[in-house]
Amino acid sequence: MPADFNWAIGGEAGDGIDSTGKIFAQALSRAGRHVFTSKDFASRIRGGYTAYKVRTSTEKVRSVVDRLDVLVALTPRTIEENLDELHEGSVIIYDGERTTMADVEIPDGMIGLDVPLKSLAEDAGGAIMRNVVALGAACEATNFDIEHLDSSLKKRFGDKGQALVDNNKQAARLGQEYVQEEYSDIEFDYDLETTDNDYVLLNGDEAIGMGAIAAGCKYYAGYPITPATDVMTYLKGRIENFGGHVVQAEDELAAINLALGAARAGARSMTATSGPGIDLMTETFGLVATSETPLVIVDVMRSGPSTGMPTKQEQGDLNMMLYGGHGEIPRFVVAPTTVDECFWKTVEAFNLAEKYQTPVYLAADLAMAVTEQTFEPDAFDMDAVEIDRGKVVDEDTIEDHQTESGGFKPHELTEDGVSPRAFPGTEGGAHMSTGLEHDEQGRRTEDTEMRVKQVDKRNRKVETAREREDFSPREFGNPESDNLVVTWGSNEGTLVEALEFLEEEDIDVRILSVPYLFPRPDLTEEFEAADEVVVVECNATGQFADVVEHDTLQRVKRVNKYNGVQFKADELADDIKETLAPDEGQEVEA
Amino acid sequence: MSSQVRFTDFKSDKQPTWCPGCGDFGTMNGMMKALAETGNDPDNTFVVAGIGCSGKIGTYMHSYAIHGVHGRALPVGAGVKMANPDLEVMVAGGDGDGYSIGAGHFVHAVRRNVDMSYVVMDNRIYGLTKGQASPTSREDFETSTTPEGPQQPPVNPLALALASGATFIAQSFSSDALRHQEIVRQAIEHDGFGFVNVFSPCVTFNDVDTYDYFRDSLVDLGEEDYDPTDREAAKEKVLDADKEYMGVLYQDEESQSYEQTHGLDSNMSDIDHEGAPEGAMDLVREFY
Ligand SMILES: Cc1ncc(C[n+]2csc(CCOP(=O)(O)OP(=O)(O)O)c2C)c(N)n1
Ligand code: SF4
Repeated sequence: MPADFNWAIGGEAGDGIDSTGKIFAQALSRAGRHVFTSKDFASRIRGGYTAYKVRTSTEKVRSVVDRLDVLVALTPRTIEENLDELHEGSVIIYDGERTTMADVEIPDGMIGLDVPLKSLAEDAGGAIMRNVVALGAACEATNFDIEHLDSSLKKRFGDKGQALVDNNKQAARLGQEYVQEEYSDIEFDYDLETTDNDYVLLNGDEAIGMGAIAAGCKYYAGYPITPATDVMTYLKGRIENFGGHVVQAEDELAAINLALGAARAGARSMTATSGPGIDLMTETFGLVATSETPLVIVDVMRSGPSTGMPTKQEQGDLNMMLYGGHGEIPRFVVAPTTVDECFWKTVEAFNLAEKYQTPVYLAADLAMAVTEQTFEPDAFDMDAVEIDRGKVVDEDTIEDHQTESGGFKPHELTEDGVSPRAFPGTEGGAHMSTGLEHDEQGRRTEDTEMRVKQVDKRNRKVETAREREDFSPREFGNPESDNLVVTWGSNEGTLVEALEFLEEEDIDVRILSVPYLFPRPDLTEEFEAADEVVVVECNATGQFADVVEHDTLQRVKRVNKYNGVQFKADELADDIKETLAPDEGQEVEA
Repeated sequence: MSSQVRFTDFKSDKQPTWCPGCGDFGTMNGMMKALAETGNDPDNTFVVAGIGCSGKIGTYMHSYAIHGVHGRALPVGAGVKMANPDLEVMVAGGDGDGYSIGAGHFVHAVRRNVDMSYVVMDNRIYGLTKGQASPTSREDFETSTTPEGPQQPPVNPLALALASGATFIAQSFSSDALRHQEIVRQAIEHDGFGFVNVFSPCVTFNDVDTYDYFRDSLVDLGEEDYDPTDREAAKEKVLDADKEYMGVLYQDEESQSYEQTHGLDSNMSDIDHEGAPEGAMDLVREFY
């Protein structure tokens, strides 16, 4: 177990929880510490409970745990909500002068630091800085060098002028000094040491946006929806520097059609949305596939169905991405498993889309999209990015793909299923793309033979990809173990940390994390070699478990979580233990 | 190439399956002629078609083209044009396609003002699905799905466009070949969204809005003393309940296309790097 430390700030939405949490997380990252953040937010802008949690260690951290060492509580509810995670010796920083906090009771065994956040902030130049006062107090309680906080404040407010930065630094100092003076009798246990490492701190949505730019994506059209909006926010203001453009469409129907148009014009093009938006895009998804247009569609999943729980975690759209759309549609479904993989899988998604001229779903989820994590900067090594545009023909090569009368064949029947592609403007390439069944030239046909040939041609791409690409799962744990745990998406990090909890109990497991959901690796051998197979996912019915059962003709056990909250490492370890060796008398699906 | 382009170069080798006499023949011919006249050729032209009899136009024309899903041709056209402003983009569809399922996109396409032309073949009926009421059908027009007539006022596409901030609004009639070609040409030449509602009669399912009806009733603004840059005058014309007009009803001569206002001038299909673009590592450093 890394010697980790857990900190949180909680209050009402509108209290500045997010930005304060981010400032602290960034300070830790700048101090060379690893950080993993998580957000607990309600679907409203003001009012309602919201919290920003930071787990930090000098070693890599990959998940959240059920533990809080220091809590900044701006409302009494913050304490209530986190009672289970607080423990003896936990520090609670609060402002007893705030009317709602006046009668707050600090639970037995915990250390309450009553700090007049608002008055101290006013002394420093404005009540708005009260959260920063709390951060200063937190630095004192954790023996964390406040200069790193200064650097984070400078980054945050630097654009708005030195005076604002100085006021904020002062606010932090006042918080620190207050604790020093008023609580000089307390010896704080925590010691957030710093290292010389340089880390970057970013979330999954940002990594997806960055991956898109790295991959040469020039066009993004989207419609705001939690938790995918940050992809658009990231790209806007950045992609323009690379010759690209972002459009906020009138709805998801327009978004995917705008993106399709740009892709047809030859641009690397992307859209991102969440479940409800995927529903709306599905008709056009079929057109994208039938017209063999390369397009990347990001689904940052949240709790469904319908509007469900927009700010909560779930991996419930797998079936939708695998099977959504009328008729039969070849596609790729790629699921990044970590924030850095959000970057790499986005790059790969563009290559797959263009190499095979298909739509590619990038299956991300809320827990990964809003989670910030620290990485060595070379986890995003731009020199390692490769661009493969597939079979693009130009004026010189187009002749090889024309009919005798000079008609271009954008749907040429090839052995690998991939046809030549001519960007508009290419002389001799004029052709029609359609969602109607078509011949090699793209002209509508209902010819029975041609129908079968074109369906087979499109499906052949999947076989070609299986031969040419490496769809292996990522592997962790003990490769020799009889217990196989399989998962996908953001659960990977949690599972890897759960390993250590399991080891403590002498349970050893082999973990396979599957980033390619279609086409996907054949896990039959792995399943046969194991005594027990457990599939872990954030949905109620076990959508991936169903799929692998079907693939391998073997029943698996399931660990599912669908209350809206991502797995926590310690909890997941318990669940796996329970599933592998269930209590006697309990019935288990074999 | 463009100097030798003839309008027949825009013809595909597919024979139209439109009913003999369908207004869409004339509409399409005028579009092809206007494209050739404005110096375009099939390789730099992108036609986006909707769904319906009207939407088949993409199949009968020869150019880069996409035949989209029902009602969504406009965003596709906008995406094409933004990604490659060098292309001449023309979007075509029917009244059902554009004003019913695609009405939302219509309003926003008008607002966006991408430099492309939009030709709606308005036959006031659903042709391809065999004669149901369309959003431009008359209130008392009896169809298989509205035996007593829709009993709702028809959509007024010209007024809708004007209210949404259109920079070019025109109306033409498919059988008045020269006028139609001229109007479409003006839409192409307009810097922004050139919207043309074309009366394109359905001889099979609509026996009210016929060639004769339009021939007798349409008032050609080209023959009147009419100033299309006068928005107030346009307001009066598009809201005129007694008459229907042919010609350019409104043109904002100051119109700036979306591409101009957003500084889009490069062909986004070009990727001049084999790996990440230059300066990409700065994106990472931002997260320190
Ligand atoms: C999503 C969807 N709904 C319905 C249809 C069926 N449909 C095809 S064409 C059409 C109406 C076309 O009417 P209009 O745009 O007026 O064109 P016209 O055939 O009259 O030229 C409909 C409803 C479809 N193709 N897709
Ligand atoms: S049904 Fe009407 S619109 Fe369709 S082709 Fe025939 S005449 Fe034209």
